[in-house]
Amino acid sequence: MLLIECPWCGPRDEIEFAYGGEAHIARPADPSKLSDAEWAEFLFFRSNPKGAHRERWVHAAGCRRWFNVERDTVSYRISRVYTGACEPVGEGQ
Amino acid sequence: MAEFRNSSGGRIDRARPLTFRFNGKRYQGFSGDTLASALLANGVHLVGRSFKYHRPRGIVTAGAEEPNALVQLETGGYFEPNLRATQVELYDGLTASSQNAWPSVDFDIGAINGFFSKLFVAGFYYKTFMHPRSFWMRVYEPIIRRAAAGARAPSEADPDTYDKMHAHCDVLVAGAGPAGLMAALEAAKAGARVIVADEQAEFGGSLLGETSGIDGIPAAQWVEKMRADLAAFPEVRLLPRTTVTGYYDHNYLIMAERKTDHLGRGMGGVRQRLWKVRAKRVVLATGAHERPLVFADNDRPGIMLAGAARAYVNRYGVKPGNTGVVFTNNDSAYEAAIDLAKTGCRIEAIIDVRPQATGAMAQKARAAGLRIICGAAIAGVEGAKRVKAVEIAPLSSDGETVGGPVKRIECDFVAVSGGWTPAVHLLSQSGGKLRFDEAKACFVPNVSVQAETSAGACNGTLFLEGALEEGAKAGRAAVEAVGLMPAQESALPKVETVEAAPIHALWIVPGKKPVGHGKAKHFVDAQNDVTAADIMLASREGYRSVEHLKRYTTTGMGTDQGKTSNVNALAILSRTLSSPIPSVGTTTFRPPYTPVTYGTLAGRDVGELSDVARVTPMHGWHVARGAVFEDVGQWKRPWYYPKDGESLREAVNRECLAVRNGVGILDASTLGKIDIQGPDAAEFLNRVYTNAWSKLGIGRCRYGIMCKEDGMVFDDGVTTRLGENHFLMTTTTGNAAAVLDRLEDYLQTEWPDLKVYLTSVTEHWATASIAGPKARELVGELAPDLDLSNDAFPFMSMKEATVAGLAARIYRISFTGELSYEINVPAYQGMALWEAIFAAGETHGLTPYGTETMHVLRAEKGFIIVGQETDGTVTPFDLGMDWIVSTKKPDFVGKRSFSRPDTARTDRKQLVGLLTEDPEEVLPEGAQITADADGTPPMPMLGHVTSSYWSATLGRSIAMALIADGGNRQDTTVHAPLGVKTLACKVVKPVFFDSEGARLNG
Repeated sequence: MLLIECPWCGPRDEIEFAYGGEAHIARPADPSKLSDAEWAEFLFFRSNPKGAHRERWVHAAGCRRWFNVERDTVSYRISRVYTGACEPVGEGQ
Repeated sequence: MAEFRNSSGGRIDRARPLTFRFNGKRYQGFSGDTLASALLANGVHLVGRSFKYHRPRGIVTAGAEEPNALVQLETGGYFEPNLRATQVELYDGLTASSQNAWPSVDFDIGAINGFFSKLFVAGFYYKTFMHPRSFWMRVYEPIIRRAAAGARAPSEADPDTYDKMHAHCDVLVAGAGPAGLMAALEAAKAGARVIVADEQAEFGGSLLGETSGIDGIPAAQWVEKMRADLAAFPEVRLLPRTTVTGYYDHNYLIMAERKTDHLGRGMGGVRQRLWKVRAKRVVLATGAHERPLVFADNDRPGIMLAGAARAYVNRYGVKPGNTGVVFTNNDSAYEAAIDLAKTGCRIEAIIDVRPQATGAMAQKARAAGLRIICGAAIAGVEGAKRVKAVEIAPLSSDGETVGGPVKRIECDFVAVSGGWTPAVHLLSQSGGKLRFDEAKACFVPNVSVQAETSAGACNGTLFLEGALEEGAKAGRAAVEAVGLMPAQESALPKVETVEAAPIHALWIVPGKKPVGHGKAKHFVDAQNDVTAADIMLASREGYRSVEHLKRYTTTGMGTDQGKTSNVNALAILSRTLSSPIPSVGTTTFRPPYTPVTYGTLAGRDVGELSDVARVTPMHGWHVARGAVFEDVGQWKRPWYYPKDGESLREAVNRECLAVRNGVGILDASTLGKIDIQGPDAAEFLNRVYTNAWSKLGIGRCRYGIMCKEDGMVFDDGVTTRLGENHFLMTTTTGNAAAVLDRLEDYLQTEWPDLKVYLTSVTEHWATASIAGPKARELVGELAPDLDLSNDAFPFMSMKEATVAGLAARIYRISFTGELSYEINVPAYQGMALWEAIFAAGETHGLTPYGTETMHVLRAEKGFIIVGQETDGTVTPFDLGMDWIVSTKKPDFVGKRSFSRPDTARTDRKQLVGLLTEDPEEVLPEGAQITADADGTPPMPMLGHVTSSYWSATLGRSIAMALIADGGNRQDTTVHAPLGVKTLACKVVKPVFFDSEGARLNG
């Protein structure tokens, strides 16, 4: 069971959280302008890296806030917990 | 006193004799014995039959690694299989039996398998029982299962109580041997919160069987002093009889504590406890397991590990036999030989595979009068149920063959050592990596992934002085890592150290014939009956990866997880492949370290407490009325209210007709309710629902469907505008939390500019839904001040009013198709409302109805249920609900996906109504639909039945189904093949009753 540091509530067991998939995939501002391929890219394609992965979690059984976590998909070590949709993405992995 | 019990020595209490039964015979042991030590004291070595060949088997170890001595304990509800006799603490009246023998260990009918052993080679299941195919399920499998027996499952409910505990600590020390105790003391001295867990009844680990001293006092006294010192620290928790069984992510560990097992069964209180520990640092001090040498017929009862023999004589005062031979490739067995000789066993010889024995240990043994035969091996064993003699022959210089004169030595036990395997199980579970240490001939920890350190024997440090030093170091490092200041360094305890001569790895000891030829078997995994020949055969057949080898031969796959066999198995594989051990690698260990009872894992979460139950404020009334409940999410909802022995169908027919012809009432409190406030609330609803919300008037209700971005239906419900910036959304009962999470997701991460605030108010309201042609009459009596006329209070609107003296919100919405009012009051007034409604409703024939009737009534109207008519692959268009999808809104969640080629197809599975040709036949839900009546499977499936009921209102069955191109199949006939018969059905529109909606608007 992961120990996740909620930015508002502190470290809590994973059981209190729900997973939200890869982070920093913004919903397109105007989906109607997107080709089917571009829309499919947004809907279905995720990076699935071996190593550092930025992902979304929500403290579902707590403060109900969504936030981002950078977690190593091999060791499961969490290197960073941060908030804000505007966080610069960059590859950095 | 039992024959093999010494009159003094050991840690047993000779003043407290205990009586026990094994395989129906009475024996005596002492307090402090394990079942294994007590059996050995009585001269009982033969404790079971092997898994495949049913060979007689004896006790091999003195601990958790035991492969053979599996027993079942007690009877009835206390029956427990798969226990290792070496770990079962003896109590008075204990009853145990061998697990794998029928009809008895002495005469085992399955031993005939041994004569057919050529059949039972590696992969024998796959090779032998392939043909004919139909025989597998009916003939082969049942026979194999009975012959392989293994453990039986208990047949009665477990009467014991189990418990769970959560704990946090700075340092968790797994194992209280020399390294663990040192680590714990260093951590404690620094003021850390420390938990020390050890699987044995007493702390001390290997020291409990140690005869040398520490710091000038006997080792056992030193252990007691350490234990007492630790106990004096207020932040230290000492847990004997507690096995750290699982090491999970982020230093989350599971421990199983046996609280009363050593006292007997039915002791009351908590029998076993599961600890869930989050530790900042972990010190692994789990010791090492000795492994056997792989020689011909090395599984005969009386042949045990040298360390175990030493433990039995030193710790339990039990001689493993009268006359023994010690067989080794390393120095540790010399200590066993010396101690056994000192305590009354006759040791005929130490057989050492190494060409010379000139080291300090050898000299010590010679000084004790022991004979050492170097460069030799046991080439054969006599005796089946007990070793009678061994044949000793010189080893060739390459260790591949034996030759020269054979010496026969009579003996009744053999103490064997093939070296030590660090117990790296927890490290491996934590994700840590191992490396093979050639000099020590074992795998040792190499890379840590989590916040842990290995110390002592589990780190490959197999001598006492080193273990003490590493333990202290690990304890100090752990406290530093958690930000505490280690105590001032003190001198390490003084121990006598004899320099050890290097081990000589000899993975297969040659016999008189080549391995796999002749009758003799070289066992590697005694629990799963895997021999060296099996492993060699498997690698010849192409099983070159250690993971494949494991699965094909089943080596290491028993309940002991191959604690004594894994290293031998992969070394033999490496030898056969001529590939070095590090490149063959090792398998990954998985939890639990030793088996854990289901009771411990379940704790108190059994029976009524096995899942969370949510009940409405009116629950007590439903119970008193004899309602039958169904689980919807975590909610207990009345399913139907049987009267005078009515069946489900009879009750539902009565309830349905009452609603259609009179008036009925449903407890609708479980619907999810989300209070939505803020200036952008309407805009928010526009974005998450498919239809438009801006123009909804205050006090008006609207049905909405919520999709996911992929265009598939996610949830539905009615939302009411309570004020300009205030809405109340309802969701399906089971999906409320998921809807709230999703709405929060959009608000927080996609549209943080929207000023909208969400609150879950599901439990704040109690809801009584009154439906039927007489609903207006009844509600009129309850709320005399409210104008219920269609003009004043039309369908799909909400009024605040006083109902039975209670301030209420009344929603005129309908899920039944009838005139319907949903009366909401604060939850604490729910029961008062409900009772007032019934007091008034009596003269109207008010009938309570449950979810089954609700489902029938809504199906008659063709109203969908999300999760029943939808399964995550269904769009609003597939449901024929085009009308609910706005074409004017520029965007909403899911919109873009409606024009994806696959979603826009017109021949998708679409919702239709089905009427069986025979109106009496009710289709089973889930039934597949085909175009043709006849045919042999596989036939093309058009889709499946989603809802199907007997409709009392219509006097016939009705069903809904999702079928391919359903829209174009109107009025055609499709078929539901059910195996025994095929039902023809007409495809109709999915509305069966009052399609123009006159009744709900009435």
